Amino acid sequence: MSKVKSNLNLDDYKYGFSYPEDYVFKSKKGLGENIVRGISKIKKEPLWMLEYRLNAYKIFLSKKMPAWGGDLSKIDFDDIYYYLKPSQGEVQKWEDLPKGIKATYDRIGIPEAEQKYLSGVKAQYESEVVYGSLLADLTKKGVIFLGMDEALEKHSALVMEYFGKAVPSADNKFSALNSAVWSGGSFIYVPKNVKVDLPLQAYFRMNAKKMGQFERTLIIADEGSFVSYIEGCTAPVYSANSLHSAVVEIFVKKNARIRYTTVQNWSKNVYNLVTKRAFVYENGIMEWVDGNIGSKLTMKYPSIYLMEQGAKGAILSMAFAGKNQHQDAGGKAVHLASKTSSQIISKSISRGGGRASYRGLIKVANLAENCKSNVVCDALILDENSRSDTYPIMDVKGAYARVSHEASVNKVDEDQLFYLTSRGVSKHDAANMIVNGFIEPIVKEFPMEYAMELNRLISIELEGNAKNRR
Amino acid sequence: MLKIQNLKVNRDGKEVLRGVSLNIKPGEVHILMGPNGSGKSTLASALMGNPVFEVVGGSVILDGRSLLNLSPDKRAKFGLFLAFQYPVEVSGVSMRGFLRAVYKELGRPVESFNKDLEKNLKLLNMSSAFMERFLNDGFSGGEKKKSEILQLALFSPKYAILDEMDSGLDVSALKTVAESISKIKAENPDLGILIITHYQRILKYLDVDFVHILSEGKISRSGGRELVEEVEEKGYDKLKVKSQRSKINVKSKK
Repeated sequence: MSKVKSNLNLDDYKYGFSYPEDYVFKSKKGLGENIVRGISKIKKEPLWMLEYRLNAYKIFLSKKMPAWGGDLSKIDFDDIYYYLKPSQGEVQKWEDLPKGIKATYDRIGIPEAEQKYLSGVKAQYESEVVYGSLLADLTKKGVIFLGMDEALEKHSALVMEYFGKAVPSADNKFSALNSAVWSGGSFIYVPKNVKVDLPLQAYFRMNAKKMGQFERTLIIADEGSFVSYIEGCTAPVYSANSLHSAVVEIFVKKNARIRYTTVQNWSKNVYNLVTKRAFVYENGIMEWVDGNIGSKLTMKYPSIYLMEQGAKGAILSMAFAGKNQHQDAGGKAVHLASKTSSQIISKSISRGGGRASYRGLIKVANLAENCKSNVVCDALILDENSRSDTYPIMDVKGAYARVSHEASVNKVDEDQLFYLTSRGVSKHDAANMIVNGFIEPIVKEFPMEYAMELNRLISIELEGNAKNRR
Repeated sequence: MLKIQNLKVNRDGKEVLRGVSLNIKPGEVHILMGPNGSGKSTLASALMGNPVFEVVGGSVILDGRSLLNLSPDKRAKFGLFLAFQYPVEVSGVSMRGFLRAVYKELGRPVESFNKDLEKNLKLLNMSSAFMERFLNDGFSGGEKKKSEILQLALFSPKYAILDEMDSGLDVSALKTVAESISKIKAENPDLGILIITHYQRILKYLDVDFVHILSEGKISRSGGRELVEEVEEKGYDKLKVKSQRSKINVKSKK
């Protein structure tokens, strides 16, 4: 522990520490075809994947930076490390990890969480999954929970069938980048009618400076199955920027249900540009529960494509934008079949000059009839310097659609403050209560441990706010 | 003693209270009556420290401590309580969690909270289902008043100001509220209470020591119970106000 470099004095961010780099392999800084080939080679990938990567790289080069959303002008693609292999392969025991890596996860509390309430864990450090576990009875039932690289090796046909089918390389510049240099991430397959009672979790950690993390996650829930997946992420506080650009693809088969929960708490030097999309088939249910607390800029709009009759989707999005942060979040629901329904609930808080944007799309295709969609988006602005924007798009072509959108922008209410303080609660605590009450409808959807963590994180953020004001 | 001396309060630069003086000793029940716009609710709010009101003169002393420079939370900690005419809804904050937080904030032993809460729910014939809801959120008018009464019972202040607890209630709800106040008073004989009201009807159910009439920002008359009857007979100086109110009473009985 003595080697730990603590950056905690820079911020109240609890996860801002880092350990020295002592890695098996580190690619040269910057991006090029040689890097893409190098990653594929070191992973001993099949030829189709190398070709997939090279094609994606070309697409990446050909696409312009998005001109909308947040400010991406400070990203220097030549000043990033695209591949870092921290250790020799995935281990099944925490003790077998290199010291610094093990200590990192201990401090974050992953082994403890694993003991208490998880069915399985994948821990990714830099570019690779370094630790993995899955309850024995789930293995027996045929549940597959692997690092994406291992899945490509062991279940090549299955991966080939789904990889890039929900999010093609050409979807956007960052999905192309991910497709070119992806490494790590989770692969989950849940067989027909198998219900995974306790959540599976993946934890993503960036440790090195100027790191780029590009994990790739693919989840397939076969007919009638259920799985809940949680991802968390943190990184050290550095003055130089890091880039996290993931692609997540989900397939929810007939009558299946997937709940995908994210607790995003990157340090405030991380660009978090993620493409997440779920295809939902007949009577299937997809739920995105998306909490964004950290990062410098997040652009992420978990999407649901309702492919067959009766498919349902929900996106519950919570964003907290503090000083020097821009959370550009929201969600998309695309109704491609009749009698499909979607719901988006978004709650954002901005303070200390932060900016929270809701960006959403509801699309009902021409032949999709009797579809329902309901969007509620509420923003809370805590001071004059902060900002909130809403960019909703509705494109409804199908007949008999019922689509509604409600939006509100609020300040902390003076009457509420007076009422609470009149009972003996300090003004600061009262504001805290009001803010936590505001996000409660979303926070309660997180597993309890994470809900408590979210409330704690937001209290810390507000604490910082109070200090600044003094 | 809660000692209010020559209190002058403005709102938006306009005079509302023009020198109110009132002493409330432990255990006393005072009634403050007056027509609409006489400044009754302003007095309640200003005593609790609502920042929208500007105190321009006078003093408020609670058991020897001056309150006027203190924030509302400090006043609460010194033993002052205000039951709101319009209790505020706070969504997402659980009733139970809130009550516990305040209980702790007031320096009461947290381990006795559940027991104390149960006791008071029972005393006031309230369902504990209340506790699973958000603070006043979506409560009916009567439920909101009950929430205030429960808080009064649970937080056991030294002095309580009840701002128009009887407004918007039908006769049976009014009776329940009044009886609850009597019960709380019986449990806490030293509690000093200032009841602010438009009507005399709540007095049917309550023992009262003093009655004051507030008129145009000043206390114009003080006396005992008999003053209430006088008001009933003659009305405030504006009889119209009273007759208007009576109509509302009839309506709310339905």
